[in-house]
Amino acid sequence: MSAYAAPVQDLIDELGRLPGIGPKSAQRIAYHLLKLSRDDALRLAHAIVEVKDRVAFCRRCFNVAEGDECGYCADPRRDPTVVCVVEEPRDIVAVERTGEFHGRYHVLQGAISPMDGIGPDQLKVKELLARIEPEGVQEVILCTNPNIEGEATAMYLSRLLKPVGVRVTRIASGLPVGGDLEYADELTLGRALEGRRVLDGD
Amino acid sequence: MSLYRDEGVVLRTWKLGEADRIVVIFTKGHGKVRAVAKGVRKTRSKFGARLEPTSHVALQFYEGRELDIVTQAESIDQYPALREDFDRLGRAVTMLEAVDQLAQDREPNPAVLRMLVGALATLAADDSPLVVPAFFLKLLALEGFRPEVDTCVACGAEVDLVAFDIDSGGVLCRACRRGQALTPDALALLQRVLGGGLAAALREPPSAATHDVDVLATRAMEHHLERRLRSVSVMDHA
Ligand SMILES: [Zn+2]
Ligand SMILES: [Zn+2]
Repeated sequence: MSAYAAPVQDLIDELGRLPGIGPKSAQRIAYHLLKLSRDDALRLAHAIVEVKDRVAFCRRCFNVAEGDECGYCADPRRDPTVVCVVEEPRDIVAVERTGEFHGRYHVLQGAISPMDGIGPDQLKVKELLARIEPEGVQEVILCTNPNIEGEATAMYLSRLLKPVGVRVTRIASGLPVGGDLEYADELTLGRALEGRRVLDGD
Repeated sequence: MSLYRDEGVVLRTWKLGEADRIVVIFTKGHGKVRAVAKGVRKTRSKFGARLEPTSHVALQFYEGRELDIVTQAESIDQYPALREDFDRLGRAVTMLEAVDQLAQDREPNPAVLRMLVGALATLAADDSPLVVPAFFLKLLALEGFRPEVDTCVACGAEVDLVAFDIDSGGVLCRACRRGQALTPDALALLQRVLGGGLAAALREPPSAATHDVDVLATRAMEHHLERRLRSVSVMDHA
């Protein structure tokens, strides 16, 4: 038996599934939402529905997009032969800030995390592989986070992509290990991109 | 408010809020501890790499009401070899997952920590196929669930042992056999791992027998935990 009324428990459960929200925070947010006026609550609900209806993922690179394709994929000035692989759409913002990259992107929508049951099948890996040949991709830059999941993902992708005959590079060390890419300043990330090295893929 | 120091291995982490992480550490003196590492996802964080899974660290905690807070972290060993090899990292994570499932919050078990540190160091030094299965079997023994590998669990026979049954907790002779078939080579490896011949067994190159022992030890561990190890199926498909 739950200690809460069923609708409150449902809300706590849903909030608890969001990233970075533990059971205690879910409880706190749920009680905050309970106290909202009906108008405020509807505005929040509407914003969630709007974003689901109007914004989807780019069918090519899985970045957020307002149409079928995101702005980068639709832009003819972007170099299609170089693809920068990132974990999340917000990492694209970090790479763009450097002004060093003019190719296209591929968003994995996560990183390999075996303990969480997240392997290549749960990520947009097959979709990346499927782009190489038709889009004439010559270089894949692995721009996953410099932490253990990001490194594991880079090692896996490098092993997978090598036999395809594409040049596989990894952003250079110098990025603080354990940190998130989105917090890297543009100078550091720019240097890491410029100093990227070819991986041997074993 | 109080501070305490301990050492341990980081089992797993997850993101908390904008730049923090919750870190689950298996410590020597306090068992499994969940603590907040503030700001570690910012690039200028002083802890960064020291608080990633597999790291062996010396820590200072501030005791909080719900979660403790990591106030200092010094690296004891980072096992860089594990982080440069996808398969080895996957196997290290499998051991971390088993310890995470087995360990209780705030219940110290220094023997398990010692074994985990030993197994990580062994795996980092040399990619032996038996590190993980040996770790699982030894862990089961430590928990009081050592599989019987010397005599038939049904009749006590010492020869013609041809099967292993997880529910019965050990090997069986031809007359009593149930469970899964066991080759003489795999039986010999099991006996060496659990019978004082571990160091030599760890030097075995990969073979059908090491693979059998791996599968069997993983199943025995999962049976004991009463759940599947997620990292095993992820790594099997990768
Ligand atoms: Zn796109
Ligand atoms: Zn028997």
